Amino acid sequence: MSSRGPRLLEWKLGTVAELVQETPRVASLVLDVPEWHGHLAGQHVDVRLTADDGYQAQRSYSIASAPEDPRLAITVERLDDGEVSPYLVGEVRKGDKVELRGPIGGYFVWRATDDRPLLLIAGGSGIAPLMAMIRHRAAAPSTTPTRLLYSSRSYDDVIYRAELERLASAGDGLSVSHTLTRTQPSGWDGYSRRIDGVMLAEVAWPKEKMPVIYICGPTPMVEAAASLLVDMGYDASSIKTERFGATGG
Amino acid sequence: MSFISRGFRGKHRDTDFVLEGEIDEPKKWTWDEFRKLPTEQVTKDIHCVTKWTKLDTAWTGVSVDTILEGVDTAAEYVVAFSYGGYTTNLPLEDVTGGKAWVAFEFDGQPLHPEHGGPARLLVPHLYFWKSAKWVRGLRLVNEDQPGFWESNGYNMYGDPWREQRYWGD
Repeated sequence: MSSRGPRLLEWKLGTVAELVQETPRVASLVLDVPEWHGHLAGQHVDVRLTADDGYQAQRSYSIASAPEDPRLAITVERLDDGEVSPYLVGEVRKGDKVELRGPIGGYFVWRATDDRPLLLIAGGSGIAPLMAMIRHRAAAPSTTPTRLLYSSRSYDDVIYRAELERLASAGDGLSVSHTLTRTQPSGWDGYSRRIDGVMLAEVAWPKEKMPVIYICGPTPMVEAAASLLVDMGYDASSIKTERFGATGG
Repeated sequence: MSFISRGFRGKHRDTDFVLEGEIDEPKKWTWDEFRKLPTEQVTKDIHCVTKWTKLDTAWTGVSVDTILEGVDTAAEYVVAFSYGGYTTNLPLEDVTGGKAWVAFEFDGQPLHPEHGGPARLLVPHLYFWKSAKWVRGLRLVNEDQPGFWESNGYNMYGDPWREQRYWGD
């Protein structure tokens, strides 16, 4: 007896095939989604939860898996005062079903056919859509020269740490630089501060190489990194940003 | 139809129904308070936009007149909003004078979530998509604002007898 109207994107039911605890507060949900028609690296999906009395809550999450991967992965950071993320990280079990729709977004996407030098800048769980790009690059395969600058609070908060290490050691043109902003393990040889101009000057491709740049993370970090790069003379139109903040949960 | 997420409760639900917008003070009810308002039995034919009509459906709910009782407003329109972000807009005169209800029982049974439970707006003389499911409040507004389906190409008013179905009809 429902009244149905046109929908641009249908909700689909995905089954949780695998749960990966990435860090103490972050988990990846690997989903089997029948009739998934593919996505581009950098796109996101909407996830919708429905209580048994009809109450609904909906959030957007970046897709972390490569387009080449038959399964869809999203990476979710648990926000303690959140509504959806504590369910996805903590309550959901293997075999559970989750409603989602997508893929969504046509701006913050990277295709492996793009051979311009690639600069990726991530803060916290903002690594997720950039990881989709890195995985896409590896799966294509592409040898596009790529640099990732990844800011985390501590060593234990680094998401995909082992996989990034493995991909960076493949010698196909990917390098990864970490900065740990709060605590560092003894003997840490990476950066130990928030992203700043000096760090960007050391890590970023020189602007003469005309890199294409993707930045994703908390709003203040994204704004800071993007405006530093513009001040340094990088072409603003080559910088794509995606931020998350108050709408999370 | 929505899939029920095992074990999901949600947390932002201290107010279950609210009347807000162009009034001095929003009126808020918890679900228990709302259920204590006077109810009415309603038997109506309903019309769906897909040309499907169901005759003599029996509902129990609170009249929108009851919800608006004692409210002084200059508003001429009302926006019904639902869990999940769905909204629909209606002229105030179409939901007052015994024309609309917030219904929570269908054929004597609590309204199932799939059918809009715990409560849905019921506006039998307009197309059923105006009868917002999972309704959690009404907002009084001065100007007509397109709701969810209206923004997606449905007609703003939705009178089944004038066959107003889509823009341009």
